[in-house]
Amino acid sequence: MSTSKEIRSTKYLNPYVGGVLLGLVLLSANFIAGRGLGASGAVKSVVATSIRAVNKEAVGTMPFMAEYAESHSGNPMKSWLVFEMLGVLVGGFISGALAGRLKLKVEHSPKITSRRRLIFALAGGILFGFGSQLGRGCTSGSALSGMAVLSLGGFITMMAIFGTAFALAFFFRKNWI
Amino acid sequence: MGPLAPNELISENTNFLFAFLIGVAFGFVLESSGFSSSRKLAGIFYGYDAVVLKVFFTGAITCMLGLLFMGLFGWIDLDMIYVNPTYLTSAIIGGVVMGAGFIMGGFCPGTSFCGAAIGKIDAMVFVGGLFLGVYGFAFTYGWWEKLYLANYLGEPKISQSLGLSDGFFGLILILIALAMFAVAEWAEKKFPREAY
Repeated sequence: MSTSKEIRSTKYLNPYVGGVLLGLVLLSANFIAGRGLGASGAVKSVVATSIRAVNKEAVGTMPFMAEYAESHSGNPMKSWLVFEMLGVLVGGFISGALAGRLKLKVEHSPKITSRRRLIFALAGGILFGFGSQLGRGCTSGSALSGMAVLSLGGFITMMAIFGTAFALAFFFRKNWI
Repeated sequence: MGPLAPNELISENTNFLFAFLIGVAFGFVLESSGFSSSRKLAGIFYGYDAVVLKVFFTGAITCMLGLLFMGLFGWIDLDMIYVNPTYLTSAIIGGVVMGAGFIMGGFCPGTSFCGAAIGKIDAMVFVGGLFLGVYGFAFTYGWWEKLYLANYLGEPKISQSLGLSDGFFGLILILIALAMFAVAEWAEKKFPREAY
């Protein structure tokens, strides 16, 4: 691959332009649906659905899922965030296709192996999934959307997420730099 | 007028259609900004790529300003907008756990779906981890329930908590963001970035 092609294939939007566009998308969500964006909530819907499918009674004995079932009457998959996250997959795919970034690969620093990258990706995903339930939302739903509506909790979660990642960056530097 | 769905100006199903379309735009913006790459995302924590900081804060501020002005003009009833509740303990501890997941995994949930959509296998594995984490929380909820519900403060706005008007707090947030952007631009020049 020639250098010029490589640069073109990884060309990204100016981050400030991207930020304004992201803000307008978030504003549209608030104007139309009266709520912000989210991501982990869609995972929760799938988890709730699967638990219900395997054992309907289990939901009743699990307070966390029971509370969720109560606030989402009917099918938990018929939720705003599930439709939104399906859209994210489509939108991400379209952007990647237009920019020539569609490629099956494990992305990692040349200093570490694919295997190490995948182990850390799995561990990171588990922690993020767990933390998003404890913290009632992830970077999208709690931090970004919360900050835009000036939620105190949103600002606190944002500072806790980024503060912790900065504080631990030294210990995981080999993975990234 | 707004918000449309809570004001019943559009039906539930139309709202779901908009959810999908908003998701498409969300995914498109994230991917085109480079959020499908864990190495780009993690860059903020080492100073070599501050795209996360720039996009994230510009996005939050754009929406905040939009809401404040639309509220001022009477285009949207801000009292009907969902404001995330504040459970102090779980907001902090949940955030700490998520922060650890971020630096280890290089993604957050939304960005991992984006990465998975363009074929990043590490992102797909991260998404798998998300599911395990959510199952883990659901099945062990009894252990965390106290923590999960501790120190509930209602739905306070940060501006109220600081005794400021929304607009004045917004101005301060913009100034803080501009200062952080200046540091970010400096850091990106100082710390070398490999081609990736």
